[in-house]
Parts: sequence; C-alpha cells; structure tokens
Amino acid sequence: MPHLRILSAGPACTLQDAGRWGLLRYGVTPAGAMDWIARREANAFAGNGPDMGVIEIGPGGLALAAFEGDVRIGLSATGFLPRIGETALPGRIAVTLGDDETLTIRPGPSHVWAYLAVTGGFAVDPVLDSLSTHIRSGIGPFGGRALQTGDLLEVRAAPDVAVLPTMIATGLAPADTDQPIRVIPGPQDDHFTDGALATFLSAGFTLSPQSDRMGYRLTGPRIIHRAGHDIVSDGIAFGSVQVPGDGQPIVLMADRQPTGGYPKIATAIRADLPRLAQMRAGDTLRFRAVTVDEAVAALAAATLSADAVRAAMVPLRTGPDLARLASGDFASGFIDAKTP
Amino acid sequence: MTRGPEGLRLLDAGETALVVEFGSLISDDLTDRVMQLDRALSDDPPVGLVECVPTYRSLMIHYDPLALSRDALAAIVHDRLTYPASAARSAVLWRVPACYDPDFAEDLPLVARTTGLSEDEVIHLHSSATYRVAMYGFAPGWAYLSGLPAALTLPRRTSPRARIPGQSLIVAGGQAIVAGDAMPSGWHILGRTPERLFTAGRTPPFLVGVGDRIAFRPVARAEFDALAARVALGEVVAERDKGQA
Repeated sequence: MPHLRILSAGPACTLQDAGRWGLLRYGVTPAGAMDWIARREANAFAGNGPDMGVIEIGPGGLALAAFEGDVRIGLSATGFLPRIGETALPGRIAVTLGDDETLTIRPGPSHVWAYLAVTGGFAVDPVLDSLSTHIRSGIGPFGGRALQTGDLLEVRAAPDVAVLPTMIATGLAPADTDQPIRVIPGPQDDHFTDGALATFLSAGFTLSPQSDRMGYRLTGPRIIHRAGHDIVSDGIAFGSVQVPGDGQPIVLMADRQPTGGYPKIATAIRADLPRLAQMRAGDTLRFRAVTVDEAVAALAAATLSADAVRAAMVPLRTGPDLARLASGDFASGFIDAKTP
Repeated sequence: MTRGPEGLRLLDAGETALVVEFGSLISDDLTDRVMQLDRALSDDPPVGLVECVPTYRSLMIHYDPLALSRDALAAIVHDRLTYPASAARSAVLWRVPACYDPDFAEDLPLVARTTGLSEDEVIHLHSSATYRVAMYGFAPGWAYLSGLPAALTLPRRTSPRARIPGQSLIVAGGQAIVAGDAMPSGWHILGRTPERLFTAGRTPPFLVGVGDRIAFRPVARAEFDALAARVALGEVVAERDKGQA
C-alpha cells in the first residue's frame, strides 16, 4: 500500500477533519481544521468528500515523501511555497507524488495553515470516530500528538493516479481580503459597558504572538466589563470572543475548551473564521457586526465556492509558464495576490 | 436575543450555536430545567441539530444553520420546554471509590483549617453526600458535580497548581469535580478515585452521563491500589446502581 513518510515537520502539523463532534457534553473538544474552507478545498482538489481527514500543515511547513506507491495529493496551501523535488508549484493544486518523490511545503510570505488531502483518504484508525487531533488532551491519531519525522501514513489505494495530470486552481484564494471580520454580538454582550461593544466594533486590534490553535489573543483598547468578569461557566463556540479581566479579547479557535467562565462579547461568523485563522502575529484586524441571516448567507456562499473549486481547475502547463506560475509573477489570478 | 417566560433567554453564539439561558446562577432548579430540555432535544433530535452542551444554568445547542434555521430551532426549543421530564436516566446512581489517603489529599489540612472542621469531618461530609453530574467541562471526563455540602464552600486557592494528579477529587466555589487526566487547577484536592470516568480506548469510553448521580465510597489505600490496578487493565470499578437516586 502507498504511504506518505514524514521527512520533517514544523510545529503543529496534525491530522484534522471536520472535528470530533458529539462528545462536548463529556468535555471533549471537537478540534478539527483551523481553516475549514482550505481543508474543504484540499479534499475537493483530491476528489474526496468534503470532510475527510487531511494533514493540517502548521506555520513551520512540512516535508514528506511517497513510499511504496504513487499518491495523489490535493493541496490548499495559499501563501506557502510547495515544491516537488526541485520543481516549484503553485499553492492550490492537485498533483501525483510519484513513489519516492519528495514534496516540501515551506512557509511563505503569508498564511499560517495549509492542508494536504490524499485521494481515497488516509488509512488511519479514527479515535472516538474522528481523525482530528487535540494535542492538549492527547486525543487523536498518533496518540493525539503532532506529526513528526519518521511517521508513516498509509493511503487508501486509488486507481491509476500516475496518469492524472497536474491540475491547478483558478481564481483567487477565498481569504484574500482586508475586510473586517464579521461577528454576531453576544451571547454575553450585556456584561459589558455601553461603550464597550462600540469600542470593540470600531477599534483596530493586533494579533498577539501568544496565539495558537486554542485561542487568538488580541491587543487593543481595553474592553470594559459592566460588573466583573466571572460568569457561571457555559458553552463556547468556535469563534467566541471572550474577554477576561484584563479587557483584551481572545477569539477561541479549534482547540477551545468546551465551556468557560469569561463573558463573550461576540462570535466570529463561520465564513470569516478561516481569514482570521490565517492571520499572523502582528497583523491588524477590525470587527463588524452582522445579523444571523447575513452570517448564514455568507456561510452558504463560502461552502458553495469551496466545493466548486475542483470544477474550475485547469491543467498545469510545463515549460516557461511553470516558473512564472510558481514565482507568482503574473496578474491572471492563479495565485493569491499576496504571494510575491 | 429573545426573551421568554420565567427569565428564559435565547442568545446567539454565532450562527451555528444557540444558548438557552435559564438563569445566571447555580441552582438545582435551573439545572433540572437544563436537563429536561437537553433530554427533550437529544432523545429526538431535529434534523440539523449537531449536539447539546448542558451546563449548570444553560444549554448550548450546536446546529447546522444550512439544515435548521435559527427561527425553526427557537420554535422547537419553546415547544420542547414543556415536554415532561423523563425519569429513566436520572435514576442512575454511581458508587465511586474515593481514597482520602494523605498522599492523595494534599489540601485536606488546609480545607479543615479554613472551614473550622476536623479532617475526618471534611471526609465524612464529602463522602456522605449524593451528587449530581451537572456538566462536563474544562477537559475530557472532568465531571462538575452539584450537591456539595454547604460547609465545604470555600474559594479557590490563591495560587493555582500547574498540574494536579489525574482522577483527583477537588472542590472550590461550592462545587465539586471528579478530575480526568492531570491538568492545571486552582481547586482544593481532597482525595483521589481509582476510577476513570473517561478512557479513550475503553468500551464505553465515558461511564457517567450528565444528570447521573454520584456517591463516593471511601476506600483505604490498599483497596485503592488494588482497584487502580484493575482500572489500568480496562476494568470499570465504580458500581452502577439503578433506581436508587
């Protein structure tokens, strides 16, 4: 059976899927991909169902090789610098990695998380019905730890992948915008002073280096509680913006705790969470309030467009165009405009 | 936000979660109402419901808004608030072995001093109450209990510990917890159970449901060690007692 062998892994490269849902009532965090759109895209590029398990590549990048067979890969790695052997490739691609060939995904000019799917999926035993990894509680494949050098991931056999052409995505990556991150106020916006929500929705915030899969810490003007910062613990959603005693918001991300006791002033909407997840320490952002209806419309549109990417792929031409593509030196929109 | 009868509020936690808030404080009455709604929804989940997360005073309902609209979910919630509470699950009582050996009860002297009780009285109070699992939180298998005797109400430690041993029995703020795996905590450690409420590889991985009752059965150190050895082999040593709640 074909395998992928991890040659080197930066921190926080893990297996993830759509999350380990159904056990929150027992204190189990769903985890799952930080960027659901890119995760879904990678599966679409590989011809998989949208929620299959993928490798989430962290900010340090990853190198791996095919082993005992060819492996068809769907890669959604906007802002990263992938190459097979010496050949540089665009970030959003479907490509066959031949037996013994090496794929290197180095960090690039932007973005934090990239996703690698394999056609047919990984033949890895799920833990509590999911391939997601939650390192803090040690739940997931590989004992709930990050991937490391020497790990072997068996790939379910897929027919004739060797003959498939390399295909690249057309159109812009979805995360390429400087628009505010949209939020729905609440559930505890009434725990803050009258001015606090207005401040939250108008000020600029900076993403702190103390951010990880559990939470993105923001620095900015102090968000002031009306009467204390303790509430009786209640549930936490992906994107909940909790404000502890120091008044500096924390957006709770994929590895969030299932319940918590700080008031939450707002919740980032699903459609914009990938864009937030892909920000780097030092990046600045603003928030804008929307209604539930607007958020649902944005979610529907983002889902449709993530699923449509496969149909919009074109074969990669070799020759001089390839170098031009890989360098991003063109204006036709094959690569995220942030890529130099 | 939607206001309903008796202080009930529906709060949006984004477009994929709805919080049904029964109140803002811990009380048995509110926890009863949370569990009633949790059961009414979980026993017959509407299409698009992902899962419910009960807490002391609220129920978070995760849902797929592309399959179940917020307004339709709110209507279902209001309808099911009036479903009669099912008695079946609340009748499960677990007798959980608890060891108060000094090695496992680092904060027993401090708790005795702070409450003005003797160490034996603290142990007796902790082990003679019948608790209810009100929620899980913090980390997998960390069970938050209601029913701690009022005399054991005391604030958290002034400096949290970076790591408390797994399966510790801890108290703070009028609540009791049966801990899962080792984690940081600012709560007071009164003892330890050999039982694991959660083990990923075991069938079933989770022993005790939200709403189940727990009573602690004090065991000496030798029995603890024997039970812990059985637990390490995948056995369940808590005794399940039906119909005694």
